[in-house]
Amino acid sequence: MKVYSCLILNKAGGLIYQNNVNPGLNSLSSNDFLVLAGTLHGVHAIASKIKPIPSQAKDDIGVTNTHNTNTNLIATGKSQNANSNQSGLQTIETDFFNLYIFQTLTGLKFVIVTSPNPVVHNLQPMNDFKSISRGELQKQYDSTVKLFRQLYLLFSDFVMKDPFYSLDMPVKSSLFDMRVKELLV
Amino acid sequence: MSNDNIIYPSVHSFSNLSLSDSSRTGFGYNPYKGPSSNAITPETSNILINKKTVSLTPTSFDSIYDRNILKKVPEISLSSFSFLFCEIVNWTRNNSKGIQDLEQRLNTLGYQIGQRFLELVKTRERIKYSKREIKILEILQFIHGAFWKSIFGKTANELEKSQDIENEYMIIDDIPLVSKFISVPKDYGNLSCSAFTAGIIEGALDSACFPATVTAHSVPKEGLPLRTVFLIKFDESLYTRENLRFN
Repeated sequence: MKVYSCLILNKAGGLIYQNNVNPGLNSLSSNDFLVLAGTLHGVHAIASKIKPIPSQAKDDIGVTNTHNTNTNLIATGKSQNANSNQSGLQTIETDFFNLYIFQTLTGLKFVIVTSPNPVVHNLQPMNDFKSISRGELQKQYDSTVKLFRQLYLLFSDFVMKDPFYSLDMPVKSSLFDMRVKELLV
Repeated sequence: MSNDNIIYPSVHSFSNLSLSDSSRTGFGYNPYKGPSSNAITPETSNILINKKTVSLTPTSFDSIYDRNILKKVPEISLSSFSFLFCEIVNWTRNNSKGIQDLEQRLNTLGYQIGQRFLELVKTRERIKYSKREIKILEILQFIHGAFWKSIFGKTANELEKSQDIENEYMIIDDIPLVSKFISVPKDYGNLSCSAFTAGIIEGALDSACFPATVTAHSVPKEGLPLRTVFLIKFDESLYTRENLRFN
């Protein structure tokens, strides 16, 4: 997996940090990045509200719910539980790139754009529905979770402990820049 | 009086006190009782006479004053220190008029710590080697070694003598703990937040009767962006003294 770009949005959806770590992405203007940040912020907020109403889901849990899950499984080949988007938009997977979002407790969002999922030729048919593992496809997601943790750590060390940083403003710390490059390149 | 209207002292455990509580040592101010809790009675005066140390806050039986001064201090979280230092820098920056003023203020804050820390390190050392440094090189080695270690948990990286100027020495730290997470923006020029550490060194040297001025300069090297040089400039009179004593 190759990380192309890394963005950080503040809790209002403003872009406070953007770093094109590895070249390979069609270059966007800084204005485009601001729009992207705002859009992601909005979509993330709406996505966190899309979920079945708890009482209804409970009523016809025997009929519709299993039916829905089954159609989902057949259509996407992925087993998902109904609450999987409880914390908003987490990934966008396309043929050209993958985009992952991680939101911290304070509303800060880390976004990374990576290379797409590797093409897996001998994908095992999912005989066992009980195993939640998505196999090869899950691997990339798991490694981004680790990356996000590291990024969060760097952010809280080199940005939050910097007396010259004012909250919710663009990050200019050169040390943070350096560490992010070390981590993602 | 309802409990909500009382503003308690900042010690959180005070709020758990009630009228019937008395301190473990028989001493201490209880905000519920008021001044009468500090009154001297036969009982309390007895404690005063027979005990060498008396804790004056009712909950301070594990406070810093009750610990053995000769024992090693438990380590302090770097994170909480960094946040505190971050606020210190912010606060001084708001009060200062310029970059030089800011460095001077940080230096002054460190100075007081240096004066006290020299005392503390020497007290802790006294048991093993009762020795006081009287030569310039010896005191520098002490600062570079034992003193640095007791503050930052490691010795400084290098100790050098200036080649051009007679009375200048340099202590070099590759990763200064104080400014580990701080990156100074370009419009602040060559400000170094390690001025605080420089103040600590200056305070320690001055109280050891080696008057000097110490400044911090950031001299990045490849792979070591935070490398800091502490330039120590001793007073001229010191050399006269040393010449009289040892030559």
